[in-house]
Amino acid sequence: MDKFTTFTGIVAPMDRPNVDTDAIIPKQFLKSIKRSGFGPNLFDEWRYLDHGEPGMDNSNRPLNSDFVLNQERYTGAQVLLARENFGCGSSREHAPWALEDFGFKVIIAPSFADIFFNNSFKNGLLPIILDADVVDALFKEVEATPGYSLKVDLENQTISKPNGNDISFDIDEFRKYRLINGLDDIGLTLQQVDDIKAYEAKRKQQAPWLF
Amino acid sequence: MAGKTLYDKLWDAHVVRDNGDGTALLYIDRHLVHEVTSPQAFEGLRIAGRKPWRVDANLATPDHNVPTTTKERHSGVEGIVDPISRLQVETLDQNCEEFGITEFKMNDIRQGIVHVIGPEEGATLPGMTVVCGDSHTSTHGAFGALAFGIGTSEVEHTLATQCLVQKKSRAMLVSVDGKAPEGVTAKDIVLAVIGKIGTAGGTGFAIEFGGEAIRDLSIEGRMTLCNMAIEAGARAGMVAVDEKTIDYVKGRPYAPKEEYWEQAVADWQTLHSDTDAQFDEVVHIDATALKPQVTWGTSPEMVVDVSSKVPDPASIDDSVKSDGMKKALAYMGLEANTPITDITVDKVFIGSCTNSRIEDMRAAATVAKGRKVADNIKLAMVVPGSGLVKQQAEEEGLDKIFVEAGFEWREPGCSMCLAMNADRLEPGERCASTSNRNFEGRQGQGGRTHLVSPAMAAAAAIAGHFIDVQDL
Repeated sequence: MDKFTTFTGIVAPMDRPNVDTDAIIPKQFLKSIKRSGFGPNLFDEWRYLDHGEPGMDNSNRPLNSDFVLNQERYTGAQVLLARENFGCGSSREHAPWALEDFGFKVIIAPSFADIFFNNSFKNGLLPIILDADVVDALFKEVEATPGYSLKVDLENQTISKPNGNDISFDIDEFRKYRLINGLDDIGLTLQQVDDIKAYEAKRKQQAPWLF
Repeated sequence: MAGKTLYDKLWDAHVVRDNGDGTALLYIDRHLVHEVTSPQAFEGLRIAGRKPWRVDANLATPDHNVPTTTKERHSGVEGIVDPISRLQVETLDQNCEEFGITEFKMNDIRQGIVHVIGPEEGATLPGMTVVCGDSHTSTHGAFGALAFGIGTSEVEHTLATQCLVQKKSRAMLVSVDGKAPEGVTAKDIVLAVIGKIGTAGGTGFAIEFGGEAIRDLSIEGRMTLCNMAIEAGARAGMVAVDEKTIDYVKGRPYAPKEEYWEQAVADWQTLHSDTDAQFDEVVHIDATALKPQVTWGTSPEMVVDVSSKVPDPASIDDSVKSDGMKKALAYMGLEANTPITDITVDKVFIGSCTNSRIEDMRAAATVAKGRKVADNIKLAMVVPGSGLVKQQAEEEGLDKIFVEAGFEWREPGCSMCLAMNADRLEPGERCASTSNRNFEGRQGQGGRTHLVSPAMAAAAAIAGHFIDVQDL
């Protein structure tokens, strides 16, 4: 996983609550046995006017010009601004894969569904929870200002607005540490091999039917 | 000191190491594997040169992609028409073979939806931690287990270490008090719960379901209930162990054998919240007032009684919520204030990890018996949850009841719950479905899903529109 570094990126607004993972990446694309290449099918049913299937040449497909990510002002967006309960539904990690492959690094919302939230950190995608009124104000500013960008500094846990005002955000220390250092979770857990073996030995005594 | 909740007990018994920051390394007793969320995890193991930590803790089966028509199914994996689905099923077979993981392959009688076969085999036991790369893993909480869905990175992590780093959730008790009326099933109860607390109401919580109406449910009913905890935002749902739980488990292939049975039962009997346990939140629902439920929108929280009307966004002050309702009504092709019983349907789907067990089959067959599917129904399909459910249903003659009434009787799999195989809705088609999600496009692009119980789905098939099963 790449290290998460401070960046300034264009913000795209996704102005609806309960955006589910079926919308983020429809099921037909889950048939892939790879981890990459989902970006062109991010929000496929909203983004294109035709029905998408794996293996299509997406560059020739008719775009839905009303869809936010198809609007020129949001080209190259790296920050997705969203409403409550973003990422609800299925556990598919293809959702953060698709967002990350598209180019997003940060998603800001008043709340996230638990599994999506958790999956995002495993892929270098930072979900940031802000108060609903702060998110609401950001929606208004983004819509009023073409090219609206935010600077996201994970080390200092701040988001800087174009006018210089900072918003601070909370994050688990351990998750922050892993993102900043681009660490592999499995490698970290395998440093605790002795603990796992000790647990198994004890558990075998207590509940032998589980082994 | 206050007593422990069931969730506390399950959590504490599985802590390998407490990280002191609200997270812990948790030991995983059972890992269920299917073809969609595992290929990248196995690939990760291969790249890093890692092996599964404990092969016998894993059990795999293909379910999401498998065809459900007998003709396509009987030609074997090579006969799967969609080449990309075929590759995914083949990849699971290869990975299980390479890493030595037990797999119930596509045409094994024990194959089925992963959340049906775990309990059926006794591979899900009380007191276990159960994970799977599928959000409906919450199903297994019905046994007094801690069960939750994970993403592919955590599938790989579980394979490699038999552990997961998890943050402890807060504990919520949903108490469904009193007796549920005739015709109100586990599905109606859980839809009513989601309607009350909302699809994000359980976010950050592990939900324990309690109360008289829950104790009255069969184990299969409890599975339906816990299955949809995730639709209320909770990764885990659970029900305390009682005699029904223990009776259900006894004698199943993976259940403890005689030498350990008594010891296991004694342990399982402690799996309930202490009377003085403190929950972070408690929600009460009056079961006696419940009616069969029907969803009208594109989120499971958009649900009403069958006797109600489609809600009116104009009556809602919150603009974000009201806009969401308008978008949902537009997608669903519905007008506000339409009586639910006036909504006609095109297709009926009885199946999915929520409602494809033998009791679901029986409930639907009871309604279908001696009746005919209405002329306006283009397709009514019944998809049993496993080969063994199918076999049992056929022994009871349920398949004949369905076929005589005009339903199709299919081979086991996830099928039209998420339409990864060929079973799907066409744009604009409306479906009465016993599945768990009515999201836009879930059952096929442009498809319109109404979630109901198996009896209510069968009743809609017979009437051609929604109807209280009691009024049929």
